[in-house]
Amino acid sequence: MSWIDIGAIDRIPDRGARVVRTPRGDIAVFRTGTAEVFATDDRLGDSYGPLSDGIVSDRSVNCPITNVIFDLETGQSSEGSLQTHGCRIENGRVLLDDSKLTAAA
Amino acid sequence: MSKKLVVIGAGMASGRMLEHLFDADPAAYDVTLFNAEPRGNYNRLMLSPVLSGEKTYAEIVTHDDDWYAQNDVTCRFGERVVHIDRDRKVVVGEHGELPYDKLVLGMGSTPFMIPLPGHDLDGVIPYRDLEDTERMMGLGAKAGSKAVVIGGGLLGLEAAAGMAAQGVDVTVVHIMGHLMERQLDPAAGYLLRKALVDKGITVMCNANSKEILGEDGKVRALLLDDGTELPCDLLVMAVGIRPATALGEAAGLATGRGIHVDDQMITSDADILALGECVEHKGEVFGLVAPLYDQAKVLAQTLLDQEATFVNKEVSTKLKVTGCDLFSAGDFAEGDDREDIVFRDPARGVYKRLILKENRIIGAVMYGDTADGAWFYGMIKDGTDVSDMRDTLIFGPAYQGGTALDPMAAVAALPDDAEICGCNGVSKGDIVAAIHAGATSLAEIKATTKASASCGSCAGLVEQVLGVTMGDEFVIPQDESICGCCDLSHEDVRRLIKSQELKSQEAVWQELGWKTRNGCATCRPAINYYLLADWPVEYQDDPQSRFVNERKHANIQKDGTFSVVPRMWGGITTPDELRAIADAADKYNVPTVKVTGGQRIDLLGVKGEDLPAIWYDLNQAGMVSGHAYSKGLRTVKTCVGSDHCRFGTQDSTGLGIKLEKLLWGSWTPHKLKLGVSGCPRNCAEATCKDIGVICIDSGYEIHVAGAAGMEIKGTEVLCRVTTEEEAIEIITAMSQIYRENAKYLDRIFKWVDKVGLDWVKEQVVENLDERRALVERFNLSQSIYRKDPWAEHAKPEKAETYRPLADLTLEAAE
Ligand SMILES: Cc1cc2nc3c(=O)[nH]c(=O)nc-3n(C[C@H](O)[C@H](O)[C@H](O)COP(=O)(O)OP(=O)(O)OC[C@H]3O[C@@H](n4cnc5c(N)ncnc54)[C@H](O)[C@@H]3O)c2cc1C
Ligand code: HEM
Ligand code: SF4
Repeated sequence: MSWIDIGAIDRIPDRGARVVRTPRGDIAVFRTGTAEVFATDDRLGDSYGPLSDGIVSDRSVNCPITNVIFDLETGQSSEGSLQTHGCRIENGRVLLDDSKLTAAA
Repeated sequence: MSKKLVVIGAGMASGRMLEHLFDADPAAYDVTLFNAEPRGNYNRLMLSPVLSGEKTYAEIVTHDDDWYAQNDVTCRFGERVVHIDRDRKVVVGEHGELPYDKLVLGMGSTPFMIPLPGHDLDGVIPYRDLEDTERMMGLGAKAGSKAVVIGGGLLGLEAAAGMAAQGVDVTVVHIMGHLMERQLDPAAGYLLRKALVDKGITVMCNANSKEILGEDGKVRALLLDDGTELPCDLLVMAVGIRPATALGEAAGLATGRGIHVDDQMITSDADILALGECVEHKGEVFGLVAPLYDQAKVLAQTLLDQEATFVNKEVSTKLKVTGCDLFSAGDFAEGDDREDIVFRDPARGVYKRLILKENRIIGAVMYGDTADGAWFYGMIKDGTDVSDMRDTLIFGPAYQGGTALDPMAAVAALPDDAEICGCNGVSKGDIVAAIHAGATSLAEIKATTKASASCGSCAGLVEQVLGVTMGDEFVIPQDESICGCCDLSHEDVRRLIKSQELKSQEAVWQELGWKTRNGCATCRPAINYYLLADWPVEYQDDPQSRFVNERKHANIQKDGTFSVVPRMWGGITTPDELRAIADAADKYNVPTVKVTGGQRIDLLGVKGEDLPAIWYDLNQAGMVSGHAYSKGLRTVKTCVGSDHCRFGTQDSTGLGIKLEKLLWGSWTPHKLKLGVSGCPRNCAEATCKDIGVICIDSGYEIHVAGAAGMEIKGTEVLCRVTTEEEAIEIITAMSQIYRENAKYLDRIFKWVDKVGLDWVKEQVVENLDERRALVERFNLSQSIYRKDPWAEHAKPEKAETYRPLADLTLEAAE
């Protein structure tokens, strides 16, 4: 695996998210109120997402279409689990773990 | 001809007396009412909520101009009566004399001012009327103001708590060892003190005032006898009241501490009656409203030659120092023949003490949880023998007989004569009778029995009685909390944001005790709205606290694409606009173009990242966002009106365009849709809109509170006006009052249902000052929010956020 630099942290709004386009599909990269970063798939099946358009509070996001709440750390919700991706900040840059980013079979 | 009745003082007591009189026989007397205050009757008990900003003066008026007019009362407000000439049977007011057949004295009492050196300086005031209240509120408007309150009794503490809520730095100076020593024991006094200190109030007990220091005739500080100097801009003296007897005494009426009255409320002169705080009855004087209301009833009957007798009942005090729950009744001094039962719960700040003598409760003091007050008070009055339940007595009625602690059970257990409303002396039996007679809501109980009509602290109990009596037919309205993040209802939060001047999300989380760091997806959009509506200048709208549609200025569709609806003012468009829309639809491969129900065109299926570009193109053709996605002004639907239609009475299209250009961009608690029809045929379907206008020959009929969604409801008429200008002004004020008061996600019809159309009418139609003030606040807010969000988001730095942060499809494919 390797860490890919996807941009400066201040390009993600406080308590917000941005999308990263990958062969796997869109990934949502979240920034919380305490400036932690998390990454998950932007959608779960056809019904949930884009989560990058949800409201981020503490370490969770709500689905803008269904209001289901997803835990950003584990990807879990009452309706199923999102794939999460490694994500961290280094020197003000956001790094994304690419190990699960290859196109889904 | 009816006899002449003159009433001196438009107070709590005389006001109630007049109600009884007019109910029984409206024609018996020609009434003239003098009042030294330049206004009619208002609910004096509610001055403290006005002071703290929870209520407005208008909300506490009990008798308005209409009421006096309907009952043919000649009002001489702002005029003090200076003399009573009993021989000639005339009263002498400041502006002239007036003869009477019967005279009623209801002058209330005069606040006692300790004659300390400096007590006559400007800025030394009592706490009695609206002027005093306004003086204190004026202090709150200036940053860094300081106030000293002399007197740690009920009134002094209400003044202190009210001013502290307005941001004033307050010190309470109390001569005794603990606060409210007449109603509370030291333990409850301590808890009260702690609660006040937590509110930022400084409390000094055992403190003796020596002198009031001034500068240029204005108060500067209070000097205590130990040499401490307490600087202040205002000094409030609340150390007690004296019955206002001067007028009666000068006229030679028998007077002791108060003006003497007999059981029929007649003074030593058979044609002069008196009631309220100015009287003395069998050696007692009065300071709470409950017995005064009994006097009012008796006095009215005496005036009508009916037989009635005033009996002074013992009263309990449910005290309402802002935000602290206190109850005290009976005798709670210590003594050898007495026993105490005490219960404390430090975690909840609860203290309860019962004082027993010979197995009967003779006194009760409670702090923090006063729910069982009525039950204990009933037992004090009845002298119930409590030997059987001693062990569990302190846990209240619900606990007796082993049942679980349940407030409904407690109410069910109350006997019929248990007092529910202390102010108006309404018993549980009275309320149950009113329910059997057809009352089904708190409002109806209030109207028929007066329960909860004065200080309001028993409203919860009344609802419980409704619940117990009506069973499943009555659902106790819950002030539901907004979400799991806090315990407060939307209404409470709105009120506190205003009164405590909370101007940021952090301030709300901190001051209102949010349990989460930064709210959740349920509360944050509501709080964001309340803050921007109440503090348009100070607060910065937070896009991250908005649902996606309002954050992205487009409606998200179920496949994650968006729809784009440009504004067409009043439903009018041009060939150029249509061409630009067609071009945009081609350029961005818009799959569906639909004409909406709001008289404009929707481009559906636009990809998120194309939004800034399509907006830019539409902007170039002069079009702006239609806010089809917002809880804000949507559309103003119009018909063609007098321009083209043979039935049209006014230019409905023109008015619609003007309204849309005025209101667009404003955020509202929920969506706001308007319609303007040129005649009552109503082609614009204005009578199911949030706000609608029907043009008529003589002008404009303004409608509000319609609905055409899951619920369907026709509008109600707010008013008729003759000019377009006035129509626009009223609609602006209507929008603003809704913005300022409604709960987030309540449409106008839901909100009006809660507050009542009459109140809305009063504010936006009848009260011109309030209407103008609303319009002014709306315009201030619009100076910030009436702008096109598309133009802003089409700019490169914003547009960037609509695109992916990075595109890894190429790299990862390597
Ligand atoms: C801030 C505050 C909070 C209170 N809270 C409570 C509470 O929670 N519970 C409770 O039971 N009681 C409370 N009280 C006490 C209650 O308000 C009084 O008991 C009640 O108002 C007395 O009624 P009244 O009609 O005798 O006098 P008032 O209501 O005082 O009316 C007397 C009126 O007569 C006018 N007047 C006097 N002299 C003249 C004259 N010569 N000519 C013309 N007009 C004259 C005065 O201007 C005044 O408007 C409170 C009082 C205050 C000030
Ligand atoms: C996600 C849900 C919804 C979407 C995406 C949506 C979208 C729209 C759009 C784009 C319009 C055209 C409005 C315009 O021109 O501004 C419209 C009109 C309308 N919508 Fe909705 N809407 C939604 C929910 C609702 C709900 C819940 C109600 C009822 C409570 C409602 C009632 C209406 C009505 C009555 C009109 C016609 C307005 C008129 O005749 O003036 N809509 N809707
Ligand atoms: S509402 Fe009246 S004026 Fe307007 S189009 Fe219909 S008929 Fe004509």
